[in-house]
Amino acid sequence: MRLEIKKRARGRGVGPGAMEKTRPLWATPLQFVFACISYAVGLGNVWRFPYLCQMHGGGSFLVPYVVMLVVEGMPLLYLELAVGQRTRQGSIGAWRAVSPYLSGVGVASVVVSFFLCTYYNVINAWAFWYLFHSFQDPLPWSVCPLNGNRTGYIEECEKASSTQYFWYRKTLNISPSIQESGAVQWEPALCLVLAWLVVYLCILRGTESTGKVVYFTALLPYCVLIIYLVRGLTLHGATNGLVYMFTPKMEQLANPKAWINAATQIFFSLGLGFGSLIAFASYNEPSNNCQKHAIIVSIINSSTSIFASIVTFSIYGFKATFNYESCLNKVILLLTNSFDLEDGFLTANNLEQVKDYLASAYPSKYSEVFPQIKNCSLESELETAVQGTGLAFIVYTEAIKNMKVSQLWSVLYFFMLLLLGIGSMLGNTAAILTPLTDSKVISSYLPKEAISGLVCLANCAIGMLFTMEAGSYWFDIFNDYAATLSLLLIVLVETVAVCYLYGLSRFESDLKAMTGHALNWYWKAMWGGVSPLLIISLFIFYLSDYIITGTLQYQAWDAAQGQLVTKDYPPHALAVIGLLVASSTMCIPLVALGTLITRRLRRGDPAPVA
Amino acid sequence: MLWLLFFLVTAIRADLCQPDAENAFKVRLSIRTALGDKAYAWDTNEEYLFKAMVAFSMRKVPNRETTEISHVLLCNVTQRVSFWFVVTDPSRNHTLPAVEVQSAIRMNRNRINNAFFLNDQTLEFLRIPSTLAPPTDPSVPIWIIIFGVIFCIVLVATMLLILSGIQQHRRKNKGPSEMEDIEDKCENVITIENGIPCDPLDMKGGHINDAFVTEDERLTPL
Repeated sequence: MRLEIKKRARGRGVGPGAMEKTRPLWATPLQFVFACISYAVGLGNVWRFPYLCQMHGGGSFLVPYVVMLVVEGMPLLYLELAVGQRTRQGSIGAWRAVSPYLSGVGVASVVVSFFLCTYYNVINAWAFWYLFHSFQDPLPWSVCPLNGNRTGYIEECEKASSTQYFWYRKTLNISPSIQESGAVQWEPALCLVLAWLVVYLCILRGTESTGKVVYFTALLPYCVLIIYLVRGLTLHGATNGLVYMFTPKMEQLANPKAWINAATQIFFSLGLGFGSLIAFASYNEPSNNCQKHAIIVSIINSSTSIFASIVTFSIYGFKATFNYESCLNKVILLLTNSFDLEDGFLTANNLEQVKDYLASAYPSKYSEVFPQIKNCSLESELETAVQGTGLAFIVYTEAIKNMKVSQLWSVLYFFMLLLLGIGSMLGNTAAILTPLTDSKVISSYLPKEAISGLVCLANCAIGMLFTMEAGSYWFDIFNDYAATLSLLLIVLVETVAVCYLYGLSRFESDLKAMTGHALNWYWKAMWGGVSPLLIISLFIFYLSDYIITGTLQYQAWDAAQGQLVTKDYPPHALAVIGLLVASSTMCIPLVALGTLITRRLRRGDPAPVA
Repeated sequence: MLWLLFFLVTAIRADLCQPDAENAFKVRLSIRTALGDKAYAWDTNEEYLFKAMVAFSMRKVPNRETTEISHVLLCNVTQRVSFWFVVTDPSRNHTLPAVEVQSAIRMNRNRINNAFFLNDQTLEFLRIPSTLAPPTDPSVPIWIIIFGVIFCIVLVATMLLILSGIQQHRRKNKGPSEMEDIEDKCENVITIENGIPCDPLDMKGGHINDAFVTEDERLTPL
């Protein structure tokens, strides 16, 4: 039996402590692609894109969407991946390598990612809440709870609907306005703790654990979407929704808002500027073909959006048809009872003729009843376009409760939401953790697990703010303002820095040396000219929009009326909004200034610096 | 004379049962909605059954055990099917108070519904609200059970990963210090066969070990 004990001669003059730690790598390039897909394909694909599609003329929205994908999405995605792969550092280190004055861009990315992590995981907490409540018969959001003396239902639930009541009262326990913050609700707080524990479990070991988790978070949502597609297309009334969505309204192409929304959607859907893509790419082999991966990821992301909107619209169609038929049945019942017609005589087909007959035969009685007769319209049901948490937790649950075996569909749906949410959280946390673990100062004191744990703990503690009674209003503030303007600025500075500060030709030769492929002229044209111009125009548009609208408003839930009302933000909320935007955007100039000052001081100092 | 009395009585009785009369209730049935193809026609026999059910409900009320089917009066039957009914006292001159009739019907609503294969929505007593079934609340909400299970699983998995990470760290810290000691002892590759280092064999250089027969001599040349 041969025993070979080989000992390689290590630099004898160097002790074991100075041994260079190799950067952890993805086990296969497939893990990297799955990580990017899992990060980019998130909740926005499911609840924002279908809404935009509906608002801007269905099939015709695809035209600006694809144009923006090719002109803006792919080039910027490739740029970020290339920077990360080249510098092999997190966002702060990467931009410091591009130019020492630019590490502020990395810091701004980390700050924005921190805000994003804090509020994004609350959605996962809500998804957990709904998932746990899906194991009951009947589903708790399908019936209104009874009032005190059991003669009817609770008033708030009667005025709104059972799904809205469950969301606003049972899940959020929402207060009437943002000023009344109320207490921390222990149920969503528990779910938030669980959500952060799950995220911690996934990122604990860095790329080793993340690389395995992304197989699930990238692939399983597609399985659920396919199952839902089959179920959705076979639902009664699904075709109504699909026809409505895909009928192109060509006049929308002339609407500038359609193009702006397409650009914004591509931009935020790919998750540019957060630093997550740079972090993921930094764990790549230097010879990895990130151009191919950038194209693949962006195409898959957009296709998933379109696929998800097919599913969403078949469900919309089902829900709209169901509501339309219920409305018709209510009118039929009203007329049958008022005029004592034979039961079953009035149907949807002869409704109009009978109405005319009754109006002529019994004019006085008809005019009494007339105000109560609702005009049921399938179009108006389809037009109730909703986005965001309202779509996911109110509209979808309303559709699910009317399906057969609704518990199964509910569990599947919220499981998919969780997978999408956690997949995106992996990227968000990577954006924060990679710069921290790259920093020699911090990583020498604390192991990777402890840093991750501390970040998760801090985010969880701050996230408790969103579990208070007014938490949903603060969530909307973070969702609307924490990332939008800052990201546009960050990506603009990134593009300009790489093209003009670092030098496009220098970057091109770096990429060629690294991957072996020459840079196509198309990327150069996009990076140098088109994409920055596009971002500048988006930026100007948003700024002018904020300035023109004047006071910012929000939707508050009025329990007495059972619907949303618009209110103005109080001054302290406006201050928070300003702080959110300023804290990330100001990092760029401040750090640049700080670097300038320290360099000047060092130059004044005669001691040479290596 | 008798005929006059008879007309008087029927007139009074007719007055007792009128739409919107005092203590009168309207009933509405939606048989076709409830039963579809299996719907039965509403005729006088069904009305008789209805009167019987109402009389039965009234008999359950204390002091009203002597209510007969003939005390229940129906009127204004429409095609809908809807009608009004009142319950009279044994003298047939007065109608029983609405409150008593209400409570009697509410108590026995289920029996009445079942007699006609209908439910609270398809057999409506206007102005008599039905008692809704209380929701079955388990003592421990189901969601907490599922939450507890998943929370424990995730916690255990996290602990395991952390502990194995700590063990790996310890092994790595011991590893380099062990390696350093051995490196001081030998620099070259050491091959050990059966506990005997092969190094001395290499240094012989040129000496043939007679213990081993060379392969060429073993095989007979072709």
